Amino acid sequence: MQEATVQVGITDYLFWVALPYTVLTIFVLGHIYRYATDPMSWTSKSSELLEKKLLRFGSMPFHYGIILVLLGHFIGLIIPKAVHEAFGLSDHVYHIIAVTGGLFAGFLTLLGLIVLTYRRFAVKRVLANSSAGDIVVLVLLLLVVLAGLTATLSNLGGSFDYRDTIAPWLRGILTLRPDPTLMANVPIIFKLHIFLVMLLLAVWPFTRLVHVLSFPIVFLRRSRVIFRRRCGDMA
Amino acid sequence: MKLKTNVGMVINLDKCIGCHTCSITCKNTWTNRDGTEYMWWNNVETKPGIGYPKRWEDQEHYKGGWENKNGKLELKQGGKLFEYINIFHNPHMPTIDDYYEPWDYDYEKLIKAKPSKYQPVARPKSKLTGEYMEKIEWGPNWEDDLAGSPEYMLKDPNITEDLEKEITLEFERSFFFYLPRLCNHCLNPACVAACPSGAMYKRDEDGIVLVDQDMCRGWRFCISACPYKKVYFNWDTHKAEKCIFCYPRFEAGLPTVCSETCVGRIRYVGIVFYDADKVKEAASAPEGDIYSAMLGLILDPTDKEVQKLAEKEGIRYDWIDAAVRSPIYKLVKEFEVALPLHPEYRTLPMVWYIPPLSPILRVMNSKGYSDIEIFPAIDEMRIPIKYLAKLFTAGNEEPIRKILKKLLAMRMYMRAVQLGKEEEFNDKILEEVGLNRKKAKELHRLLAVAKYEERFVIPTTNKEQFENTFKEQGFTGYDYKPPCDFCKGH
Ligand code: HEM
Ligand code: SF4
Ligand code: SF4
Repeated sequence: MQEATVQVGITDYLFWVALPYTVLTIFVLGHIYRYATDPMSWTSKSSELLEKKLLRFGSMPFHYGIILVLLGHFIGLIIPKAVHEAFGLSDHVYHIIAVTGGLFAGFLTLLGLIVLTYRRFAVKRVLANSSAGDIVVLVLLLLVVLAGLTATLSNLGGSFDYRDTIAPWLRGILTLRPDPTLMANVPIIFKLHIFLVMLLLAVWPFTRLVHVLSFPIVFLRRSRVIFRRRCGDMA
Repeated sequence: MKLKTNVGMVINLDKCIGCHTCSITCKNTWTNRDGTEYMWWNNVETKPGIGYPKRWEDQEHYKGGWENKNGKLELKQGGKLFEYINIFHNPHMPTIDDYYEPWDYDYEKLIKAKPSKYQPVARPKSKLTGEYMEKIEWGPNWEDDLAGSPEYMLKDPNITEDLEKEITLEFERSFFFYLPRLCNHCLNPACVAACPSGAMYKRDEDGIVLVDQDMCRGWRFCISACPYKKVYFNWDTHKAEKCIFCYPRFEAGLPTVCSETCVGRIRYVGIVFYDADKVKEAASAPEGDIYSAMLGLILDPTDKEVQKLAEKEGIRYDWIDAAVRSPIYKLVKEFEVALPLHPEYRTLPMVWYIPPLSPILRVMNSKGYSDIEIFPAIDEMRIPIKYLAKLFTAGNEEPIRKILKKLLAMRMYMRAVQLGKEEEFNDKILEEVGLNRKKAKELHRLLAVAKYEERFVIPTTNKEQFENTFKEQGFTGYDYKPPCDFCKGH
């Protein structure tokens, strides 16, 4: 398979080399820029004060779902297939675990997203306090998740193994060895999913999604009551 | 022993006339921005009453404050694990309806309306949705002065079944008083402990509890953790805000806005020294003992050893002097007439209340009793002493009786002085409550004459010594300009 010469055109370079690097640059610099210039706007933008019942049935499944989804993506895309095999995980077993786990987490996320999107439009107080960014984020996430679920459902048999194509392509991007040929024969629905993710990453630093980077880790081991001293000697 | 300094306030409830000036001046100074209009950093409640937000004292519902779970002090809402699990939706967070939906009126209608058969009216418009509100069902101080009672009054969480009957029976001779409330700048603040991002802190030099607006990520656990519901969520900036003890004024040696503008001159502001090593122990004490444990924390600033310790901590002379002259120390520890609000929440609040004698006097004087006759009768009073104990001593009625008797004894003595009958005054009355003639006069001066310089003893913070005040200009405050519309804090 790998030997067969694949034709890659300018569009492949655009989509699978230029675009990902552009997006990553925006993602990294965007976060730095926002943090440096406007820390006051860095927040999860909680709307629980305005509405909390629907939020519970939206935010809880969505977040638990998306965290599982991200974990799954890490295992499937960042950890090489060779490592899976070294653990004695056959293609067949991997596929069954990935599909069932993926579908469960994916549908959990989707369910949460549907409730969150409904809430955003249906609850007047929430809608009135939504920015364009809040809505863009929800819609993009919906599209990403729908495309991701469709891709999984279209490949239940497992004839297409993203661990031989998309995964090495992604690792190539992250290790500065981009190879667009790996993406040439990927089914269109997977390509669409990846493209949507890149769109999401490009707007990410300019929306509420910055809250993801602020996941409180220090809190885990911190003493409970904090005293803060201004610099210099206090009177 | 670890000596630290904390701000303190004493509020004399006997003299509060419920005028709400403190709330209004605080609002005009700090919370007249979008997203804050529902916040009353200072509010005045009628007691008995359900308060603001509604029934805030019902911790079975709101889960505020600390709990002593088998010897371990933990937040009532749950520990760190609870917060990690529930960070996506905080089950104990109040919603805006627990406060009220903020609104404004379309006043411009009044001047812009064309001539018509009917008078134009200004209609209420929700600040949250911008839509007209048909009927306003709840707002700040909706039940002021027992309005709507007994229905609302009996919803007061302090009125338990046993009290309910008696209070209903006594309703026509009803007692009520006002309770001004603000952040207590607690020694063991639940809000600070709950903040996952470490945005909330106590200032090392004076213990003022603040929210770092740049570090707040809107995880909103401080709001549920504070048992007094004195951290609020700004729905426009999506960050937490609270009373800042008017720190820009305090640093300049000025009293807080709410204290300065109080027409009844009921508030006292100063500093206290306390032993930080004993905070945990005091906060873990059995409910009824927390008040006395708190007194045990506060150090005597006139004690030479304490002063030496303060110097060792780098505390300057003017601060030690302020601690010596502190009206807070005098009223709380020397005279023991001020009590913490709901000490059983275990946050060790530093706003103290002198319980009101007036409800008792009103009832008894109306029955024709004179003060001398009331003095022994205080021991037999059930209401409102039981009620006051629920508010200020976790149900322990002894300290309440002691204070009320002390205040009454002072009053009786001072009346004798005024009437030229000092010589005949029976000193036993003063002795019984731990006073003598000199101390009674001193207490009277502090409470009744209440000179400005004696109510407010505030040392200036010598900022010029550790920061470039010129550079710092405009760097603190809530004014906020977003760089572009798309990410307008969003
Ligand atoms: C890493 C841990 C995360 C934490 C602690 C976290 C926390 C939060 C919190 C506190 C809120 C506000 C909920 C409220 O309205 O009260 C929120 C909202 C949101 N989060 Fe997260 N989040 C995390 C990860 C993520 C991830 C990975 C995504 C998506 C890629 C995400 C997307 C969102 C979205 C879209 C909303 C808005 C929901 C709405 O419409 O109200 N979060 N998150
Ligand atoms: S009263 Fe509430 S907000 Fe103020 S310090 Fe105490 S716990 Fe924190
Ligand atoms: S101390 Fe200042 S900020 Fe706090 S309630 Fe009083 S006036 Fe408001």
